Amino acid sequence: MKPTETDGGERPSIVATATGEEETFSFEYDDDAVELTHRERARELFDELIYKPAIVASKDRRTVIGGLLFFGYLLMGTVGVLVYPAPTSNQVDRSIAPFTTVDAPLGSTAVGEDVLSMIIHATPEMLQMIFAGGIFATGIATLIGTVAGYKGGRIDRAITSFSDAAMSIPGLPLIMVLAVVFRPSNPLVIGVLLTINYWAGLGRSIRSQVLTLREEPYVEASRTMGVNTFRILRKDIIPNLMPFILVNFANAARYVVFTSVGLYYLGILPKSVENWGLQLDEAYKNAGALVADGNLYLLVFPMIAIMGIALSLILLAQGLDRVFNPRVRTRLAGKSESNADDAEEQRSTELIH
Amino acid sequence: MINYYFQRSARAVLTIWVVITATFGMIRLLPGGPLAQLEAKLLRQGVPAGQVDAMLQTYQNVHPDKPIEVQYIDYVVALIQGDLGTSISRNKPVMTIIADALPWTIFVMVTATFLIFAIAIVWGALMAYREGGAFDLLSSGASIVLSSVPFYVLGIALIIVFGYQLELLPTGYRSTSGIDPESGLLVFILDALDHAYLPILSMVLAGVGLQALAMRGNAIQVLGADYVRVARLRGLSDRRVAVRYVARNAILPMYTGFLTLIGFNLGGSVILEEVFNYNGIGYYMFLGLDNRDYPLMMGIFLIITTALVISVYIADLTYGLIDPRITTGESNETY
Repeated sequence: MKPTETDGGERPSIVATATGEEETFSFEYDDDAVELTHRERARELFDELIYKPAIVASKDRRTVIGGLLFFGYLLMGTVGVLVYPAPTSNQVDRSIAPFTTVDAPLGSTAVGEDVLSMIIHATPEMLQMIFAGGIFATGIATLIGTVAGYKGGRIDRAITSFSDAAMSIPGLPLIMVLAVVFRPSNPLVIGVLLTINYWAGLGRSIRSQVLTLREEPYVEASRTMGVNTFRILRKDIIPNLMPFILVNFANAARYVVFTSVGLYYLGILPKSVENWGLQLDEAYKNAGALVADGNLYLLVFPMIAIMGIALSLILLAQGLDRVFNPRVRTRLAGKSESNADDAEEQRSTELIH
Repeated sequence: MINYYFQRSARAVLTIWVVITATFGMIRLLPGGPLAQLEAKLLRQGVPAGQVDAMLQTYQNVHPDKPIEVQYIDYVVALIQGDLGTSISRNKPVMTIIADALPWTIFVMVTATFLIFAIAIVWGALMAYREGGAFDLLSSGASIVLSSVPFYVLGIALIIVFGYQLELLPTGYRSTSGIDPESGLLVFILDALDHAYLPILSMVLAGVGLQALAMRGNAIQVLGADYVRVARLRGLSDRRVAVRYVARNAILPMYTGFLTLIGFNLGGSVILEEVFNYNGIGYYMFLGLDNRDYPLMMGIFLIITTALVISVYIADLTYGLIDPRITTGESNETY
C-alpha cells in the first residue's frame, strides 16, 4: 500500500455540511480503500466466524461430541425417515427381542411394530418442535430484552412487569391447559406453545446484559451520531449478544424436548404423530408385565433416544459458551495478544430449568 | 425502599389478576366437554331444562345468561372467597380436593428442591476448588449426563428397578391404603416416607446436575476475585475464607433460583405424580385434564400459579436482606 493511498484511504474524510441546524456527518472512504477493506474484512469475517470457532470447538470435547450427536439426530430425522420404513402393526413378528434379527434390530412391540422404526420416525417432528420452540423463545426474548434494556425508563418498566408476570405463571400447567383448549397438532405450533412463557426468564437475562452493553463507547458513538434505536440494536447490541442467545437456544431446545415428551407421555397432546413419549407411555402402562417378561427394551430404547438428544443439546450449550468466549478463542487460535493465561472468564451462569 | 416493596406487591397482585382473568376467558373458550355430555344426559333423563342449567352453573361458575362483566365480577369474588367451583369427576368442591392433596405435593417438592440445592452447593464448590482435576472432570461429566435425563424418565427407571425388580419400595401412591395417622403416627410417617423416596430421588437426581454446574461457575468466579486473594494474604484460615468469603458470595446468585425452582417444580408435579400415582395436586390436575373436568383443572392451575407468584415475591422481598448491595429502584436513563 502506497503512503499516499493510506493518507487518502485509511483516514476517513469527514464531510460535515452545516445546513442550518441539520448537520450531516459521515465517514467516507476512497473506492480503492473500500476494495481493500472488503477483502480484508472477508478474511477477518472468515477468521471470526469459521476458523476460530472451529479451532475452539474442535479443542473442546463437549462441543465435538454434542455436535456429532445432534448431527446424528438430524440425519435420522431427514435421511433416516426416507430410508427406513415407517412403523405399522404386524410389519414384523410380534415381541421380537432386540439384537436378534435385522428386520427389527431393536426388537418389536406386542403388535409387531419395529421399535427402531418408531424411534426414527419420531425424530422429524421432534426436530421441528425444537427449532420452532427455540426460535420463538430466543426471538421474543431477544426483542423484549434488548428493547427493554436499551430504552430504559417507562418502556423498560412496562416490558419488565409484563415479562415478570409471564415468568411467574408456571410453564408446564399453563402449557397443559392451553394444549387442552387449543388441541394443536402441527409440530411447529406445538413447539411455540411449549415455549409460551419460556422467553420471559431469558428476556430478563438478555436485558441485564444489554444494560452493560449500552454503556459501551461504540454504542454511545452511534447514539451521538443520531442512528435510530432499531439500527443500534441490530448492528451494535444484538451481534454482541449472539453467543449468549445461541447458548440459550440450545437450552430452550432441551426444554422443548423434555416438555413435549412429557406431554405426549401424559397423552395431553394429540396422538397423531410418533413420539418417544407415546412409546414410553405404551410400554409403562403394563410395567409389571414388562419386568416379568423381560421386555424392558420397549422402555429402554425410547429413553435412550430422549437422553441422547438432550445430552447433545446440553453439551453444545456448555461447549458453545467457550467457543464464544473471546479470551479462549484468542488463546486457542494462537493469536494471543494480551495475557491470555488469565483465568477463563466465566459467563454468569444463569439458572436453567 | 418502601417504593420497592410497593412495586413488588403490586406486581404480584397484578400477575394473579392476569391469570384469573385468563382462566375466566379460557373456560369460555373450552369445547363443550363433559358439561355438554352431562347436559344431554340429564335432559334425556327428563330433568327440566331450567334445573339442568342451574346445576351446570353451580358446577362451573358459568352463568351464560348474565352480562359478561357481571359474570366476571362473580367469578373473581367467588375465587377471592376461596370458592373454586365443584369438581365434576369427583363431585366434591375443588377446594376440598386441593386441601387434601396440596400438603403431600409441597412435602415432596420442597424436600426435593431443598436437597437439590444443598447437594449442588457442596458438590459445585468442591468441583470449583479442584478445578481441572480428575474429580472436577468426572463430576462435570456426571452432572451433564444427569441433567440430560428428564425427571419423569428417571422416575420410571427408578420404579422399574426399586419397585418391580428389587421390590424394595412401593411402585406408587402416597401411602398404603388403610394406613392413616390413626394407625399410629410413626407408622404413618414411615409409610409416607417409603412412598416419597422415589419421587424425591428422581427430582433430585435429575435436577442437581445443572445446579451444581451453576454453583461451580459462581464459585470459580468468586475464587478469582481480588477480595479472596486479599483475605488469603491477610492470613485468614482456609476454612474461614471458604465459608465466609467464597461460599457466601457464590451462593447468593442461587438464592432467587431456589425459591423459583420450588414453584417451578410444583408445576412439574403434574408429570411426576402421574408417573408415581401420587395423589398430590399434580395428580388431580392431570385427572382434571384427562376427564375434561375444567373446574378441577383451572382451580389447581390457579393454586400452582399463586404458589409460584408468592415464592417469587418472597424471593424479591428477602433478597435485599441477604444481599445489602441490592440497588433499589434502578434509575436508568432513558434513551
